Amino acid sequence: MSEYKMQLTQEQRDILEGKQGEMLAKVMKTLVLYGETFGAEKMVPVTGKMGHLVTSFGFGVMKPVFELMDQLIESGTVSKQSFTVDPKPMDKNVPSNLIEDLVFKKFMYSAQKSYDVQLKKMGIEGSDAYTCTCYLDEVGNTPKKGDILSWAESSAVVYANSVLGARCNRNSGIIDLFGSILGYVPYFGLLTDEGRKATWIVDIQTTKKPEAQLLGSAIGMKVMEDVPYVKGLDKWIGNELNDDAKAYLKNFGAATASNGAVGLYHIEHLTPEAVEQGEDLICENAKVYVIDDAELERIKASYPVIWKDPAAQPKLCFIGCPHLTYAELTAWTEKVVAKLAENGRKKVSVPTVFTAAPAVVEAFNKTEMAEALKSAGVVLSYICPLMYMNNPLCGKKPVITNSNKLRTYTTSRYYTDDEILDIITKEAK
Amino acid sequence: MKTFQGRVVISGSCTAEALVSHGGFNTLASFQKSLLFGDKTAKCADQNNPDLYGQVMAGKALCLPMTIGSTTGGLVLYCANAMGRNPACLLFSKPIDSLAAAGAVLSSVWSDNPMPTVDSLGDEFLEAVKTGDKITVSEDGTVTVE
Repeated sequence: MSEYKMQLTQEQRDILEGKQGEMLAKVMKTLVLYGETFGAEKMVPVTGKMGHLVTSFGFGVMKPVFELMDQLIESGTVSKQSFTVDPKPMDKNVPSNLIEDLVFKKFMYSAQKSYDVQLKKMGIEGSDAYTCTCYLDEVGNTPKKGDILSWAESSAVVYANSVLGARCNRNSGIIDLFGSILGYVPYFGLLTDEGRKATWIVDIQTTKKPEAQLLGSAIGMKVMEDVPYVKGLDKWIGNELNDDAKAYLKNFGAATASNGAVGLYHIEHLTPEAVEQGEDLICENAKVYVIDDAELERIKASYPVIWKDPAAQPKLCFIGCPHLTYAELTAWTEKVVAKLAENGRKKVSVPTVFTAAPAVVEAFNKTEMAEALKSAGVVLSYICPLMYMNNPLCGKKPVITNSNKLRTYTTSRYYTDDEILDIITKEAK
Repeated sequence: MKTFQGRVVISGSCTAEALVSHGGFNTLASFQKSLLFGDKTAKCADQNNPDLYGQVMAGKALCLPMTIGSTTGGLVLYCANAMGRNPACLLFSKPIDSLAAAGAVLSSVWSDNPMPTVDSLGDEFLEAVKTGDKITVSEDGTVTVE
């Protein structure tokens, strides 16, 4: 045991020595080594009720992962808590051609069914537990302030830390599952009070409400993995965590986490720790980043267009990465319907997919709005747009999105909400 | 010949040709095509990384500041490792990030093919090393560039 620096309890030492099985010992060894890399001195209990895993996709080629899952399941080394998982990579309702279908089903995600079975045996919450917005009320995996989590999925981790005040590091796939199996995670980084202090002050000086996805992108690219304390944003989004503010922060956070590697941000007068502690959260000698209209314009202009033909007409539009909240879905539906009427059109001119958690889709489909959205030609899906686009064929397809996360990881092109609305509701050229 | 001292994350020694990424290394974007199409040389498929795009990664001494991108990063690195398509070693100028650390640790515990990993080599390391240089990594975290 002397090879490890971490102070472990007797129970944890017993696990490491294999007294609860060889597999659990390897899980413990992995998390101890992982924690020691970051100076963790102890393991702490996972106190959040449920886990969240990033790996929702059965990439046929990920055999080492499936074999590892099999070893764990066969030895009874399964999750101590139920968990949600990122969205599924396929939905037959989302437009795709025959070649794409073939690539998706026979080639890329050929292990989807068997992986879904593994997730079930491992402890997934239910067949509808696939979404990146697991923290929404409709889904029910909403941690409490101070809960220690073993989650991955950068957008969910940054939301849980920042908006809900839970504590979670930016874990990788597999590490997320290991914490839920073991019931302990190494204590370092964003789990500690010190690690939650801000090393950047971001001063918002825009003349209008900044686009959430652009603001998050700017901050992510500047601070990378650091913690920013954002001043001046409450002027635009208020000082109450209502549906609008939460949706804004969901989109903002996903951009900070994907365009940079932010795992936690504080919004002055709004997010729980900023409300409680105010500027005491800011480290001495914190760096300052001022954001005005020109800076956001500069950031937007800096995005490369990697379509084969930059002047191509869009062939597909994704709205909902991360998945839309119920309020966002309703608002987008109203906007599209109104704008189509204004333009004298009945259906969108670009095939458009709105994405949301299965539970949100279900709730929305019970309303009259669902028929209006369908009539407008918009597909509503639980798919992960990122996984849909993670195939070689999509490189040739001009896809547009209002998601800065999707832009970062794929060949899709970013437009603001207003620009997207305009593009999909006007006459195609 | 220049020598740099870093911190050992996964101990081991090796000699390999340097492959240098000055920007953050997007693990999923870089390895995805190789994993999908059975490219055993693991040519980098990240179009946003001009230093590495199209370059063979398997068996190279990957020199980088940090990894970026999806939190599947550690899992992807582990897969590449278990399939024998991994870099010979990982050499970070900055302190290692949590996704790369996950990949390095998972490879060390769950495969028979651990990747020596050294971090905190300093910005001067990435300024000095060039793709194609001969790299020697020692068990104590010393990295020699020639």
